[in-house]
Amino acid sequence: MSDNPRRDSLVRYSAELRTNHWLNAIAFVLAALSGLALFHPALFWFSNLFGGGPWTRTLHPFIGLAAALIFLMLAVALWDDNRMKPADWQWLKQWRDVVDGREDRLPEVGRYNGGQKLLFLVLVVGMAGLFLSGFVIWRAYFSHYFSVRVVRLASLTHALCAFAVIVAILIHIYAAFWVKGSVDAIVRGTVTPGWAWKHHRAWFRQVTHAANPRTGPN
Amino acid sequence: MPLQSLDIIRRSATTTPSPQVRGSYTGTVAKLIDVSKCIGCKACQVACMEWNDLRDEVGSNFGSYQNPADLSDQSWTLMRFAEYENPKGDLEWLIRKDGCMHCADPGCLKACPAPGAIVQYANGIVDFQEENCIGCGYCVTGCPFNIPRISKRDHKAYKCTLCSDRVAVGLEPACIKACPTGALVFGTKEDMKAHAAERVADLKSRGFDQADVYDPPGVGGTHVMYVLHHGDQPQLYAGLAMDPRISPTVKLWKGAAKPLALAAMAFTVLAGFFHFVRVGRNEVTPADEAAAEKGS
Amino acid sequence: MTNHWVDIKNADIVLIMGGNAAEAHPCGFKWVTEAKAHNKAKLIVVDPRFTRSASVADVYVPIRTGTDIAFLGAVMNYLLTEDKIQHEYVKNYTDLSFLVREDFAFNDGLYSGYNADKHSYDKSTWEYEIGPDGFVKADATLAHPRCVYQLLKKHYARYTPDMVERVCGTPKEKFQQVCELIGSTSTTTRAMTIMYALGWTQHSVGSQMIRAGAMMQLLLGNIGVSGGGMNALRGHSNIQGLTDLGLMSNLLPGYLTLPGEKEQDYGKYVEARALKPLRPNQLSYWQNYQKFHVSLMKAWWGDAATPENNWAYEYLPKLDRGYDMLQTFELMSQGKMNGYICQGFNPLAAAPNKGKMNASLAKLKFLVVMDPLATETSEFWRNFGEHNDVDSAKIATEVFRLPTTCFAEEDGALVNSARWLQWHWKGGDPPGEARSDLQIMSGLFTRLRALYKKDGGAFPDPIVNLYWPYAQPQSPSADELAREYSGRALKDLTDPKNPATVTRKAGEQLAGFAELRDDGSTLSGCWIYCGAWGPAGNLMARRDNSDPTGIGQTLNWAFAWPSNRRVMYNRASCDPGGKPFNPARKLIAWNGSAWGGADVPDYKADEDPALGMGPFIMNADGVGRFFARGAMAEGPFPEHYEPFETPLASNPLSPGRAETLNNPAARVFKDDRAAFGKVEQFPHVATTYRLTEHFHFWTQHVRLNAIMQPEQFVEIGDALAKELAIADGDRVKVSSNRGYIKAVAVVTKRLRSLTVDGKRLHTVGIPLHAGFTGLTKPGYLTNTLTPVVGDANSQTPEFKSFLVKVEKV
Repeated sequence: MSDNPRRDSLVRYSAELRTNHWLNAIAFVLAALSGLALFHPALFWFSNLFGGGPWTRTLHPFIGLAAALIFLMLAVALWDDNRMKPADWQWLKQWRDVVDGREDRLPEVGRYNGGQKLLFLVLVVGMAGLFLSGFVIWRAYFSHYFSVRVVRLASLTHALCAFAVIVAILIHIYAAFWVKGSVDAIVRGTVTPGWAWKHHRAWFRQVTHAANPRTGPN
Repeated sequence: MPLQSLDIIRRSATTTPSPQVRGSYTGTVAKLIDVSKCIGCKACQVACMEWNDLRDEVGSNFGSYQNPADLSDQSWTLMRFAEYENPKGDLEWLIRKDGCMHCADPGCLKACPAPGAIVQYANGIVDFQEENCIGCGYCVTGCPFNIPRISKRDHKAYKCTLCSDRVAVGLEPACIKACPTGALVFGTKEDMKAHAAERVADLKSRGFDQADVYDPPGVGGTHVMYVLHHGDQPQLYAGLAMDPRISPTVKLWKGAAKPLALAAMAFTVLAGFFHFVRVGRNEVTPADEAAAEKGS
Repeated sequence: MTNHWVDIKNADIVLIMGGNAAEAHPCGFKWVTEAKAHNKAKLIVVDPRFTRSASVADVYVPIRTGTDIAFLGAVMNYLLTEDKIQHEYVKNYTDLSFLVREDFAFNDGLYSGYNADKHSYDKSTWEYEIGPDGFVKADATLAHPRCVYQLLKKHYARYTPDMVERVCGTPKEKFQQVCELIGSTSTTTRAMTIMYALGWTQHSVGSQMIRAGAMMQLLLGNIGVSGGGMNALRGHSNIQGLTDLGLMSNLLPGYLTLPGEKEQDYGKYVEARALKPLRPNQLSYWQNYQKFHVSLMKAWWGDAATPENNWAYEYLPKLDRGYDMLQTFELMSQGKMNGYICQGFNPLAAAPNKGKMNASLAKLKFLVVMDPLATETSEFWRNFGEHNDVDSAKIATEVFRLPTTCFAEEDGALVNSARWLQWHWKGGDPPGEARSDLQIMSGLFTRLRALYKKDGGAFPDPIVNLYWPYAQPQSPSADELAREYSGRALKDLTDPKNPATVTRKAGEQLAGFAELRDDGSTLSGCWIYCGAWGPAGNLMARRDNSDPTGIGQTLNWAFAWPSNRRVMYNRASCDPGGKPFNPARKLIAWNGSAWGGADVPDYKADEDPALGMGPFIMNADGVGRFFARGAMAEGPFPEHYEPFETPLASNPLSPGRAETLNNPAARVFKDDRAAFGKVEQFPHVATTYRLTEHFHFWTQHVRLNAIMQPEQFVEIGDALAKELAIADGDRVKVSSNRGYIKAVAVVTKRLRSLTVDGKRLHTVGIPLHAGFTGLTKPGYLTNTLTPVVGDANSQTPEFKSFLVKVEKV
């Protein structure tokens, strides 16, 4: 892939970021599948994807650790753009307009909308929770350093965080599918000006003025 | 005990019912540990290792008669020694055989994510089936008595089986067989409770007014019971749990949280699908492109 | 044991003192829990340590180690002054009414006849007064000032509860509580059993401690009754068999004795042992001594033992002194013994003062060790670092190690504490080149015999004539030996009343020792075992545990010596008329023409009780003795003496006399006396003992035992630990005047400090199982610390009381 924008498009994600995102996505899916296998008996068959129960148990914490580290890089990269602003709260308040696709009624959105920022927040908190509680319940190496009470709390915390993160990611995935062009953006790195205009108008204004103050595309 | 007593009535990480038809009309079994008769000779520890072909490390002395230092994958039972000065100023050396209590409502089984790694037989024995064990240690987290241990060698969970293999063919557990003083007895739970009641009466006649049977209702009763001189203070016996129950945290984690979370996740997916059905995709229109061109 | 293990369940009071049955005899201890659970028995434990036995006791009482006579004497004082004695019993079955010679005296801790230079007594005044009829004089009213009752009362009047508190450190109220419980068994329907072991034996006054316990039991009428008795718990699986078969330097099998060097005359040898009755119509069973002795000599020398050569009397060694363990090692240390065969014995670990042992073994030319294990003794010459720091280059002793079988690898009988000979069968073949002790000894013997036959020698007769009729001379079978010690007829035996009737054909096994003859027509290698392999076969192999009376008398289980009798002196369980004192636990009774019941009567089977024969038939006077006459080295009544290493400067019971501080009759070798420590340098009292998890120095070689108790430790009371800033699990150095050990400290409330003679005293507990071979963590031999001094009668070393210093390392 190339960073050179097509003439008719805006660069939304750099190649590094896209790579980071997809690494994250892969790690997350693996972590989620192996984790869910251990969470509910109905999903224990997921463990077959990893070579059986013991392999699932062995691999899950390492996958989780990888996911957390990759996410940390992503989070650092996206940190500044994901700070909540009053407009974002307004955006969130109007969630009905969001789901109905009435973007014209919403405040202008910058690089990320309120929902994306909320997702970011949930992921940061959730991943931190998973990371920390994961160590406590990592039986092979760490659990014996903690009292059983702490391990129990950590187990519950781990499950709750995972639940929150998974639900958030499910919404994230759907949202990406729903908003046509988003998948392209994270795969190819670019969006059309119309996409930017429609969904992230403030960002559109910012990039079009900053990158090419005089002319628009073409 | 006939073999059908080894029917599995409960199985870890399994949502459908286990065989129930045969029931357990012959009654459940129980081991009674009469602490007031126990001299801490450790014959039970040796018998356990011999029958189950286990050999713990030759460890160190760390300032106690208690050896090995703790339960392990190789030590499924352990004498714990506690010194207690009673209010009369007399010393008591309270020696308790520690090991799996075989709860009627086992926390380990509740916590276990691997189908069939932990089972409960119709006779009340809670058994680990190591070939199904994945080594996650959730049983350790779930146990209210701190009993299961994960082996460093094979990362499987181990604990007292109540010699389910012996019991299945009509023998008493190995520790019972070895106990020289009759501190360990084995039979139907009903008989053991009757025997325990006699022992409690004897202890009361010797001035232990609070003598009692330890069969904690918080875990539905146990198939290993104690006769304690100080039934009101089980914690004197090297920290025996006062009112053991499956921790509310574990209950939430392995109880309500499981179906609710799964349902919520499924709901999220469905919600997305129907949103798509009803609202359709959010697409960029030529008008938007035009506006963008204009807006830039 | 006078009684037996199962009978303990019949006790109303169980006194564990001088032992720790739960720790050292956990399997037998089940009968204590039975007594508690089903007989409402109370368990009393008197011990310097709060032991595993104490953990299940109703009453635990601390005592300073080595002061049991002070305690028991005071209990007797209580029983006598509070009149808690079984009157009918003591009046009829003991010597309380007998008069003692006028010149017998006891003053300030010493009996009449003491020779301070020789540390021994002339015992001639320690005797009853004999009347013109040749019988002991008695005063049935017990009022005579020289009757045993009055002397006993006077002797123990000095043993007050205050004295107990001062000497033993036992709180007075606790002592009182124990007295009351013990006193409750003076009735005919209650019995107390005493369970003791090496906690009484291993003192310089050990035999007298045991006697004091036995006297207390006699006062209470607890000897010979079900649920009573004096029950010595034997520590090795066959130590009872060892003593029965006479493996002591002064004994012959069946408690016959070797002659002394002054006893060159056979007739006088027998006469001194075939005791004539001291009271009218007494059985005085030792009158049969010659029958037992001749039958033994026939077993040993067969046809070579003839009336003409006094049944080979000259073959027997005549002792110039006892050759007990301490004497033997003293000779070794002086270089007067240069070869040693060590069979089933690990003296480097088991004898006191390891330093002396190391030096002594190094003076030997050869050492033969027969053992299934690589013992410390067999490795005494090897440097094991700090645990056995010797210079191997300087040791010239040649060591031969002959691997032997273990008990499970051979057939045979083991004798348990209850005197039961229980046959066992070989369970497996021995590993490698191991051979049974029998095979090794037979191999040595047949080679030696061949050498003597070929080359002659100073006195080859006892060796070349030894009766050796076994099918395989190199390997006699256990069956052959068992038949031999049980005994058989060598000629047809006839009924003395009707010489025409043959009662036993030549070659037949005998049913019991009543059939033994002194004319050479019978053979029996150990008269008390006679009948164990009788005409009906091997009774030791019987395994019928039926108990028809429900009081634990399983007469068809194995064979108990003597005569399959389960409770010794059981005649004393009946009143003088022959009716059981306690009908609920009836052992035997007189039915008008014969004695019988749940046990084999310890009495003449058809003796009318009206004729007044006493129940203690082995004694010439037929009674149980409070006054020991000359039987004990230190005096007829037990007197408290301090251990040889004592924290006290003076004996509170005979203050200010140097010769009564310790046992005045004990034998102490010069160098060993010099090696005693003083309280100024070694302020703590130490005692050694076993742990349940191990058996002596053997099971350190067994993985499971090593897992259960992996490392040497010493026990220290929390008060001492606080003084020395020692925490649980710290390493400490414990030293005596003879050496030191280092071990992990177990800090415990179970060893409490005692106030003795106004001083606060700490006890240090030292388990004995550590060694430098085996699977456990290597450790120091505990006997590095212990002093070389024995009981004056048995020469059993004083392992239970000595002085040490504890330091943190």
